[in-house]
Amino acid sequence: MKFLVSAVLLLASFFPVPGFAADARTIRLENAFTRSAPAGGVGAFYVTIVNTGAADRLVAVASPVAGKAELHESVSVGGVMRMRGVADLAIPAGGTVKLAPGGYHVMLIALTQPLTVGQSVPVTLTFEKAGAVEARASVAKPGAIAP
Amino acid sequence: MPEPSPSPDARGKFLLPVVGLLVLALLVGAGATMWLGGSLADGPAVGGSFSLLDGDGKRVTDRDLRGKYALVYFGYTFCPDVCPTTLNQVSEALDRLGTKAGQVRPVFITIDPARDTPAVMKQYVSAFTPRLLPLTGSDAEIADVARKFRVYYAPHRTGDQPGDYTMDHSSVLYLMGPEGKFLAPLRADAPARELAENLSKQLK
Repeated sequence: MKFLVSAVLLLASFFPVPGFAADARTIRLENAFTRSAPAGGVGAFYVTIVNTGAADRLVAVASPVAGKAELHESVSVGGVMRMRGVADLAIPAGGTVKLAPGGYHVMLIALTQPLTVGQSVPVTLTFEKAGAVEARASVAKPGAIAP
Repeated sequence: MPEPSPSPDARGKFLLPVVGLLVLALLVGAGATMWLGGSLADGPAVGGSFSLLDGDGKRVTDRDLRGKYALVYFGYTFCPDVCPTTLNQVSEALDRLGTKAGQVRPVFITIDPARDTPAVMKQYVSAFTPRLLPLTGSDAEIADVARKFRVYYAPHRTGDQPGDYTMDHSSVLYLMGPEGKFLAPLRADAPARELAENLSKQLK
């Protein structure tokens, strides 16, 4: 019986049936935003990741508006600011993880289009268990610390 | 037959950057300690003469900044997270100062001159506030001004391509007086309201 339920859930995840798929989703993305930037430039994507399920990991990031997207962390060591690539990010069971200015962020590199205030652009976060989840990031002014 | 071991000359070449890095690390550590103690104004001189290029490629020297307070930040345009956050907080802090803001000129000096040409800097700062003065220069000119402000910076490779790098850099706001004298370091990660209060205390 347990196996049957798992099989149905697994099948459901392959066929995104409205309603059904939403119930199975354990990761919710809130307050997604980025900042205006010229084409060819760089941008940062911020979001609040809410996990209503078991422990998960953010393992990949991508956006059609960037030639390359990477998960980064800004770290201040003795007054020196460093930005380092992060391979993956643990999302605790029932926990919330914030990608916010001055900490974790998705760096959008080689923007394929200008990001203009008021627009919204898609960014996809892929989780080990929850799979790919798309966020619509609203474009705020340069340096904005909130959407 | 010549000796197969490396010559003292080659060893010297290897040692020099290592010693240089150690000295830099010590300087950064000493600088951070003094800032924490809040006594940097009494310590070694910060700032001094420089000659750099503005967004139109025009020469700007430290003398051109006299007559107003200068709020100086070192960063780079390829920085997506911390630099724009800081520049936006500076811009909002000045908005909060109202008429007093006219006494302060915010200055953004790049520590990545290879990427940050005058045109790139001009476009970058225009997005924040028209008050913000962008400055760049040759590698030597930037190294000189960074040394005078005790700013540490170094590239960090992120891939194989020449452009695959980000910069590690000191992230501090330097408040300079109308005569070019260093007055106080201000936290670059402070919210605009706090930054405005700290600025306001320093202005006459």
